[in-house]
Amino acid sequence: MHEASIAQGIIDMVRQHTRGCETRAIRSVRASVGECSGVLADSLRFCFEAMTAETDLAHVRLDIEDVPFIINCNDCGETAHNPNGFMVCPRCGATDTVVLSGNELHVTEIELAEEAAV
Amino acid sequence: MNVITVERKILEKNDEVARQNRERFAGEGTYVVNMVSSPGSGKTSIIERTLQYLKGRRRVAVIEGDVQTDLDAQRVARYDVPVVQIVTHGACHLEAPLVRDALERLDTNGIELLIIENVGNLVCPASYDLGEDVRVAILSTTEGDDKPLKYPKMFQTSSVLIINKVDLIPHVACSLELLRTNALRINPDLRIFELSCTTGAGVADWCAWIEQSLQTRR
Repeated sequence: MHEASIAQGIIDMVRQHTRGCETRAIRSVRASVGECSGVLADSLRFCFEAMTAETDLAHVRLDIEDVPFIINCNDCGETAHNPNGFMVCPRCGATDTVVLSGNELHVTEIELAEEAAV
Repeated sequence: MNVITVERKILEKNDEVARQNRERFAGEGTYVVNMVSSPGSGKTSIIERTLQYLKGRRRVAVIEGDVQTDLDAQRVARYDVPVVQIVTHGACHLEAPLVRDALERLDTNGIELLIIENVGNLVCPASYDLGEDVRVAILSTTEGDDKPLKYPKMFQTSSVLIINKVDLIPHVACSLELLRTNALRINPDLRIFELSCTTGAGVADWCAWIEQSLQTRR
């Protein structure tokens, strides 16, 4: 249950990137959460809401983009979605694979009201 | 729509302190091991066995991480090595700043090997770089051979797997073969050791590997 510290990281990043603009102008923050990032989107959302409640960020929505765990096989060239985090190519069984996505834990953007100046 | 593009890692603060820790360790010539596993898999026992084996040969220090109590630090202190306990008061993992702060209470001067025992948890510690050189996951046979599949991130982010309590294999429903296969499906590059803290089997192999790794630091 480390989603609370992840949520705090998001909140810190929102504050840092919106200095000089009124917090009520912040509409939402967008995060990408990889399928194998070890973070549960629902739990993260819950923590974010709990930690912003009754603060000046209470109105800010957290949009989470779920990123699938995709590997690419260096042997047969297959690109595959392995929801279980396997590094084995489902087509040829090779283990010489690279992760293309699914481990990320990023804040990608912050959306402001039209009239807000930053 | 008015959008600020951020594109930054949420854990960047932790990663930055981890980088500073790593730089400090490299500067001091200390090789750092981060031990991760579920509670009760034998992290502390493996550390005790390791300290026993390396006694008089290598200068070792230990950082213990637990949710509550300093019981583990007391166990480790019997081996006459510098040890400091981090009590997280509920937090389920260690973070890089906690390690940095613990270093203020630990004399690492001349220390060749620093072992950090993370909080027992097979999920959260996987996300936090502490500045270690190597992450070692421990899985005991009593936990079952399916755990790498159920907790992939921990095995994906570790370079070494110690299978502990192999002396119990005749008594538990755990296949070493299947455990290995499952772990390698998650991380084909895992280096695997089989060990028993009760009989001492495999301790020498593990410690020989550690000593070899220390050479990379000198």
